[in-house]
Amino acid sequence: MADVVVDTKGLACPMPIVKAKKALDTLQPGQTMEVLSTDKGSLHDFTAWVKQSKNELVSHELENGVYKFLVKKL
Amino acid sequence: MSNQQGKVQKMSAHDLTELLFAQEELFILDVRNQEDYQDWRIEGHRVDSINVPYFELIDGVEAVVGKLPASQKILVVCAKEGSSIFVAEQLADAGLHDVYYLEGGMKQWSEHLAPVKVGDLRDGGEIYQFVRIGKGCLSYMIVSGQEAAVVDSVRMTDVYEAFAKERGLSIKHTIDTHLHADHISGGRKLAESTGATYWLPEKDAEEVVFAYKKLEEGKSIQVGSTSISILPIYSPGHTIGSTSLIVDDTYFLTGDILFVASIGRPDLAGKAQDWVGDLRDTLYNRYQELSKDLLVLPAHFGSYVELGTNGVVSARLGDLYRNNPGLNIADEGDFRRTVTEELPPQPNAYQEIRQVNMGRLKPDEEEQREMETGPNRCAVHDK
Repeated sequence: MADVVVDTKGLACPMPIVKAKKALDTLQPGQTMEVLSTDKGSLHDFTAWVKQSKNELVSHELENGVYKFLVKKL
Repeated sequence: MSNQQGKVQKMSAHDLTELLFAQEELFILDVRNQEDYQDWRIEGHRVDSINVPYFELIDGVEAVVGKLPASQKILVVCAKEGSSIFVAEQLADAGLHDVYYLEGGMKQWSEHLAPVKVGDLRDGGEIYQFVRIGKGCLSYMIVSGQEAAVVDSVRMTDVYEAFAKERGLSIKHTIDTHLHADHISGGRKLAESTGATYWLPEKDAEEVVFAYKKLEEGKSIQVGSTSISILPIYSPGHTIGSTSLIVDDTYFLTGDILFVASIGRPDLAGKAQDWVGDLRDTLYNRYQELSKDLLVLPAHFGSYVELGTNGVVSARLGDLYRNNPGLNIADEGDFRRTVTEELPPQPNAYQEIRQVNMGRLKPDEEEQREMETGPNRCAVHDK
């Protein structure tokens, strides 16, 4: 179970990452965040953002058009 | 998206094209991922650009403001447009004045077509080049009387139809010089919607699942009552069927065999070693026999430097024999190495695109767009 869940379904770029970043900023290292998104570009962007911000993309899946990202704050 | 933000202005793909054709100054802040920027970006004679992904600018743009010129037009670019508006508004809030975002982002940029007139035909007709500037694809409309022929049409066929309608023209022929691998052809779709005849070289059509008319050397195609003739010349090498067209004894549509700054690559159908000899023979023998005064009009360009006055991409055949690196490789072994071993990456989804152009795959509009992401990369020197 993630420490925080951010639902960005229906929002277009850049909002999924804007909201995810704000939520991630409130977490302690080691805590996790789950982000839900329906934006098609979000897999590409989350992968790049998590890498650049030096956190960890623990997993990602796509179910019925909804991307689910699990990000661990490092 | 909100337009009430008065400080930020949108720039359409059309306006950006005009600006680039006029070789005006522009500074681009590209906020896509680093990988996307390195793969494919907007360039021009007087364009400077930097790349800072939008997710590095969520908490503020201070880090980037210092890198932007205070007295120059700044265009923020992203994939679709949302992130570029987000960043552009912050730049305006930070005090920058001349800030624009690219309407529709790179997605729309990739689909924009700009028609430019190449020249007149002897009997009063005209020839136009349709520059798909974002992707580097060039297609043509040959006009004579009230008739038109479209060569190497891209999938945005409504642009040709609207152009013809405005001028009261009826499109009678759509011709593909070869089976394209970098972009989805609009030739068949345009033919179906206008009642035109669709022409394709037979040797490239072995696996197609639709009817077409064979584009054959020596069998000319007439446009208009004044008989402008399009003369096909078999010129294999990029594909085994590749056929060039001589229009009105003046214009030489070389497809993907000969470009202004490079030559076609023989590997996109997986047969580089087989076709390299054909490519050599076409460029070093068959084309050599033609008039050096022909104006070469290729199906692609690789870089903005090939855009000439008003955006037209063209060159005299004789000049290319002097200046084009691909026509100046004396040794056959060196030629073989250049066109088979030292190639740039292949265009995005090129195998699937070939299947679409054969009629064997039928992706929806969004999937087609996705397949066509990125530059064309049909030339051997596109790095």
